[in-house]
Amino acid sequence: MRKVLNRLVRKTTKQSIKANSKMVKMLTLFVASTFLMACSDDKDVAKVAYEVEIVNLTNNQPFSPLALRAHGASYSAWTIGESASLGIEQIAESGDNTEFLGTASSKKSASGTGIIAPGETAVIDLNSKVTDLYLTAVTMLVNTNDAFAGITGLNLSSLQVGDNTIVYLPVYDAGTEANDELAGTIPGPADGGTGFDVARDDVGFVAMHPGIVSVDDSYADSVLDGSHKFDGPAAMLKITRIN
Amino acid sequence: MKLRSLLTSQIDVNNLKTSFFKKTAFSISALPLLAAMSTSHVMAEVIDVKITNLTQGMYFTPLLVTVHPDTADLFSVGDSASSAIQAMAEGGDISGLVSIADGVGAVSSENSAAGLLAPGTSTMITDMTTGANDRLSIVAMMLPTNDGFMGLDSWKVPETAGTYTVYVNAYDAGTEANDEIVNGGGAPGVAGIPADPGENDGDNATGVTSTESNKMVHIHRGNLGDTDITGGISDVDSRIHRWLNPVAKVTVTVK
Repeated sequence: MRKVLNRLVRKTTKQSIKANSKMVKMLTLFVASTFLMACSDDKDVAKVAYEVEIVNLTNNQPFSPLALRAHGASYSAWTIGESASLGIEQIAESGDNTEFLGTASSKKSASGTGIIAPGETAVIDLNSKVTDLYLTAVTMLVNTNDAFAGITGLNLSSLQVGDNTIVYLPVYDAGTEANDELAGTIPGPADGGTGFDVARDDVGFVAMHPGIVSVDDSYADSVLDGSHKFDGPAAMLKITRIN
Repeated sequence: MKLRSLLTSQIDVNNLKTSFFKKTAFSISALPLLAAMSTSHVMAEVIDVKITNLTQGMYFTPLLVTVHPDTADLFSVGDSASSAIQAMAEGGDISGLVSIADGVGAVSSENSAAGLLAPGTSTMITDMTTGANDRLSIVAMMLPTNDGFMGLDSWKVPETAGTYTVYVNAYDAGTEANDEIVNGGGAPGVAGIPADPGENDGDNATGVTSTESNKMVHIHRGNLGDTDITGGISDVDSRIHRWLNPVAKVTVTVK
């Protein structure tokens, strides 16, 4: 079952990447006619590819489809103490990574296609170029107000084809929605409430998540129970360079 | 102490060599030349230290950042806290620890954030010259807690230039019951929490507990809190004042 699902995730991702790359090719052609020099430079840059495997290590926190992005050394998807971008806010509150990946090159980003249940493993392929050997991976813990697991700026430059590296993902709080755990505010199966809300009513900066409280821990108004508690790390990420 | 030496010996071959060399040097320290050599392996370095409060709702009181010899500790897990650690952990007073550090020739930075280090914020100490010291320790009380502190214990400063990241956990000094009553009590031995700088604390709590099971320095179990700001068992808010480890990120740049 798990294997089938993994394959499905991989296949669908590849298809969507193919579809996207067609559009990019057309766009590139257009740009190439005006900026020939710049484009021929980019074309010479060798391609790399990764297989990214994620394991959900939580007890009862399904993950939203994993968002992957390859980039250069200077990019950071979030910074502790600073306000979350709209893309990160949308992932953290609703699990929707469209906005976040929309700001990335489709040649160097990818998304999983489905929810990753606790204990489940998903595999997603990601393409990049030798000039973009840093990785950002983000996923929402869907039974929370605005928690996400992730890593940004992971340096993969020492990986040769066939090499892999393993990192564990801590849980961050986007700081964009109060952790009130109230009915109607949590998009996951624990509640089925609203995900993204444009209003920001929390501390206003990204930091480590303090964990959830839950009705089993004397918070009568919470829609979460003890099964939804978590601690860091929430996920294992294995990155294998395949090209 | 045992745990720490075990951990470091497993991960740091250089350290192993150092302790072996030191032991040898001690046993023949009657010879002045060799005794002098026992400290000569520590190269003076210049380092920058950046500390980030990773929490969303906990404040750090004035930080003590100190580079000291391996022969000294600010604290050790599994040991009872010194009175200087107790004063820091219960009331944020680092003066006792500064005196101890000065006494062993440490190089220290006091209160680099000029007061509290708020959630999500950072402080930077530039160009600390380590002298004959090669162990970095950092402590600060966490508010609101009874005797919780963030602590880095004797991290070996690398000799190779570069940028290093260390994550810091929250400890419980084991000196005061975690009653979670915010009453201004910050003096050593006085029950209660001095304050919540974020002003999200409640009043009239009856107290979570009046006993402390583990009286040694140990990993803090976290605040319990409640959601009743006019009563309940705790004056801290379970939705705001909890945390998960790590609570701080330390970035050390060896120049």
